[in-house]
Amino acid sequence: MPVSAQKTRILLDADQIARTLARIGSEIVERHPDLASVHLVGIRSRGVPLAERIRDRIRETTGVEVPVGAVDISFYRDDVGLRPGGDDRIGDHPVVGETVFDAAVEGATIVLVDDVLYTGRTVRAAIDAIFDYGRPACVQLAVLADRGHRELPFRADFVGKNLPTQAGERVRVQLMETDGVDEVVLIGGEGDQA
Amino acid sequence: MNDGRRHLLGMSDVDSSDVERILDTAAGFEDVVERDVKKVPTLRGRTVVNLFYESSTRTSSSFELAAKRLSADVVSVKAAGSSVDKGESLKDTVRTLNAYKPNIIVIRHPQIGAAHLTARWSDAHVVNAGDGKHQHPTQSLLDLYTIRKRLGRLQDVKVAIVGDVLHSRVARSNIEGFQMMGLDVTLVGPPALIPPGIEAATGVKVSDDPEAMSEADVIYVLRMQHERMEPGQNFVPSLREYARTWGVNSRRVRPGQVVMHPGPMNRGVEIAPDVADSDASLVEDQVEAGLIVRMAVLYDLMTRPSMGTVIDIRERTGEWGAA
Repeated sequence: MPVSAQKTRILLDADQIARTLARIGSEIVERHPDLASVHLVGIRSRGVPLAERIRDRIRETTGVEVPVGAVDISFYRDDVGLRPGGDDRIGDHPVVGETVFDAAVEGATIVLVDDVLYTGRTVRAAIDAIFDYGRPACVQLAVLADRGHRELPFRADFVGKNLPTQAGERVRVQLMETDGVDEVVLIGGEGDQA
Repeated sequence: MNDGRRHLLGMSDVDSSDVERILDTAAGFEDVVERDVKKVPTLRGRTVVNLFYESSTRTSSSFELAAKRLSADVVSVKAAGSSVDKGESLKDTVRTLNAYKPNIIVIRHPQIGAAHLTARWSDAHVVNAGDGKHQHPTQSLLDLYTIRKRLGRLQDVKVAIVGDVLHSRVARSNIEGFQMMGLDVTLVGPPALIPPGIEAATGVKVSDDPEAMSEADVIYVLRMQHERMEPGQNFVPSLREYARTWGVNSRRVRPGQVVMHPGPMNRGVEIAPDVADSDASLVEDQVEAGLIVRMAVLYDLMTRPSMGTVIDIRERTGEWGAA
């Protein structure tokens, strides 16, 4: 085995991801029965396809099409100019995407959608971005996976799966829309017995 | 020399992937400058100094606004006269401003190489906003953005750059930037205003026939640069004669062509008012692009890993037209 090989473990496969998103969809419906003011907003990049899939599940069960937006946090990062060597506390995101809303932000119930909840810095940036577009009635958070190690006081309202991890480990989410495959993988840290 | 700083002193400081990234970032700023809150906190707590030794409306105002839209603190210094010598006085000014520890210095200066010297004398990232007839890289980036947005592509777009290439830093940066991004460049104008040997040096085509403009997707009109011509120098017989032969008017522009001009325009000389105000004109698009592209440049210098180097201007002697 090569020295550089890192241990990887599949945490969620395609089927589990599908079922997890369906469950998040029904929890959102349970929490907001009339869905009237609900606006799903994906955090770029992988939060956006996840938000679209949750919208599809909600439509299948209720017939209601909730709006889906996308927020790009690049300009709201807290580490601009501080990361010459890179730092994964906020997912690296080289290409800036558009921030778009499918309905008014003012007075909406925004459900932010992201792939992994980790330090909370991405969520902080996303909330700051949203408030520059209007004042929502409330903001909630839905994540496919919560890996812990928070550096800011956030918790998710809708959690797909809790994944206890060590700091040196990485959680890689791959989605059909962006990566051609649906899976969540844990990649062993440096101190790992490879 | 690589001390962790990056500069944009000329188009040779970027490659095509840098340009693509900067244009994509600029596109991300489109919605920021359209919405109610036209500001992002990206450069909060950072300082940008704009040092302008030459008159300017759009470049200085767009750099200032770009820095403010990114929440940076901005100090704009305009040299009273334009006859400030290169050398100690520029050095003293740069050293003084450097004491405020700016993150970025944007400089425009009538002397070639002033931005390079500023990079050497300061600890900031430096953006060249025009040095003599040498380079004006953010103009080239905003022109590329404008073309890409209107035509949907850059590769193989045919551009005719028309007029006073000899005195134009815009032309120098654009020839470099356009060729880097795969555009097909032809210089059109009276031979006296086209730098000798430029075909061999850069690979552009040159034509002294005004009809060559009809081949282009984009007619890029240059301003007659009176301020860089010595008194008594006659590059053209008269402005009226120039306007008649080379002026871009509505008879010259065929349907489907677009017309660009870096401003300020001499209406009735190099461009006719009926063209400047027509749907074919992208002049206002260029101004809009100027703001978001400059935001993208400031953002890019502050966020990308360091890789820039300061090339000694004296090592650039092979560069055409800069001497």
